[in-house]
Amino acid sequence: MKEIRIHARAGQGAITTAALLGFSYFNEGKYPYAFPNFGAARMGAPMNAFVRVDTDPVRLRSQIYEPDYVIIVDPTLMRGYNCFSGLKDDGVAIINGKEDMELPKLKAKQRVFVVPANEIALKNIGRPLGNTALIGAFAAATGELKLDNIIAVVKNRFKGKAQEGNIQAVKEGFEFVKNKLKAGLSGRQG
Amino acid sequence: MKEFVEGSHAIAEIIKATQPGVISAYPITPQTHIVEDLAQMVANKELNSQFVNVESEHSAASVVLGGSAAGVRVYTATSSQGLFYMQEVVFNIAGMRLPVVMTCANRAISAPINIWNDQQDSISLRDAGWFQVYAEDNQEAVDFHLIAYRLAEDKRVMLPVMVCMDGFILTHGMETVDIPEQEKVNKFLPAYKPLYKLDTAEPISMGLLADPDYYMETRFAIQETMKESIGYLSGISKEFNAVFGRDYKDLLVEEYQTKDAEKVIVAMGSVCGTIKEVVDEQRAKGKKVGLLRIITYRPFPYARVYEALKNVPKVAVLDKAVSLGAYAPIAVEIKAAFYGKKKGPKVASSFVAGLGGRDITLESIHEVFRRLTVKEVNSDFIDLKPELLKEEYGE
Repeated sequence: MKEIRIHARAGQGAITTAALLGFSYFNEGKYPYAFPNFGAARMGAPMNAFVRVDTDPVRLRSQIYEPDYVIIVDPTLMRGYNCFSGLKDDGVAIINGKEDMELPKLKAKQRVFVVPANEIALKNIGRPLGNTALIGAFAAATGELKLDNIIAVVKNRFKGKAQEGNIQAVKEGFEFVKNKLKAGLSGRQG
Repeated sequence: MKEFVEGSHAIAEIIKATQPGVISAYPITPQTHIVEDLAQMVANKELNSQFVNVESEHSAASVVLGGSAAGVRVYTATSSQGLFYMQEVVFNIAGMRLPVVMTCANRAISAPINIWNDQQDSISLRDAGWFQVYAEDNQEAVDFHLIAYRLAEDKRVMLPVMVCMDGFILTHGMETVDIPEQEKVNKFLPAYKPLYKLDTAEPISMGLLADPDYYMETRFAIQETMKESIGYLSGISKEFNAVFGRDYKDLLVEEYQTKDAEKVIVAMGSVCGTIKEVVDEQRAKGKKVGLLRIITYRPFPYARVYEALKNVPKVAVLDKAVSLGAYAPIAVEIKAAFYGKKKGPKVASSFVAGLGGRDITLESIHEVFRRLTVKEVNSDFIDLKPELLKEEYGE
């Protein structure tokens, strides 16, 4: 079983991110359970979305406290809240942020990839919605999902210009992390 | 076909397949996605149904009452305050023996206002004369709607059915669901032919005044039907299995590792998935624990509960609702099932968890097993925050 916790603000597309990850796992023959947890139920309020995935149907219905992977859609959430809480000792975090951003001290085997997902999104979609770039980055960083499969899922989800832009964003997010790994950087440690 | 789909959308898909003539609802979180999707299907002409927009849940319930009385299949869905606003019509629908099917996306009750999940809403309407079934996952939630129409429209029954699914956890949860094909739905659920209807050609009256000479028999009749229906459920379940290949046995309870169990939790709805995880974990360590899942809460399956738990020494009843000032709702039934009987648990403790969306974790379930000792407890709250219980008032 793998568990993914997504940190975002309501309206930033975290549920879509969880859904796209879920569809991708589903297409690879797994049983994902993707679900949101709303805080104040207002746009801009901190919220979580989760994906729990296994080779059998998922029965566990609680929120995720010890994730294998964390995706931080909005890094401003890191100011007031420990988004890394419970992250597994060998867990991976994907952060939508600027390369020089400050990171907390992490455990030896934990890895962090800071991805300029908003810049990638602005360039390709025209809006700072970094979700699809983050999913591409997630695939490259974790090896959990195949790039072609994610592209197929994104293609199915969006239409017209948004489709094109989001597919490109997935690719660029993927490439960004791939290049980091090629350069021998197996993720930054704070 | 197997799909990865949001619970609410899966429900809309299956309701579409049942082809209701009238749908009416008023949006309320966490039910909203279901009726939004249905409204869209009607607007897109994918579903030939009258979607009646109304100004309140009271009217939504009244519209489906009227539609059903006029002889067509109907559907509505609501949650929490919406269900309470429907309440007097909910009782009327059962009293008039109308086979209405409703989804209750379970949510806590105000005040304080809370949009998150518990089961206080539907449980508070347990005496209305509706069947109540509780789904553990979205596959069940989908399948139970088909079974609900078959049961409600059965000429031996003619009573409404409420399909209860945990708000957010199931309604907003996306998972793999096998959405039944139209052809199979038609095979299992034929078009509705009413026993009686409002018809100007052959006028009848419905829901009229019953004075003390008549009223009691109407209640007695519903009570008798409820009792008899416990037996009909397994027949319907068998037919369902024959068409769809999913076996819900007698549809009353699910026994999970109860046979030789020394400690069993009794619970209802999606939390049972979490409990099964803990049961497996404990069993792997040699601990004899199990789960008895209540599927049908009304009518309550006393005889099945008795059979399942008669040799279990310790039982913990986990309620996601309270009856303030009294024993918790499911706990009452479990205790009643054993009163005056020779066999039964030595300890039947009652726990309350998950109110207003307080997350029920693996640790919460471990805590229930830990607190299930020789000392019986009643309405013991799990995961309370003591720091929030300090009272502070001004001078």
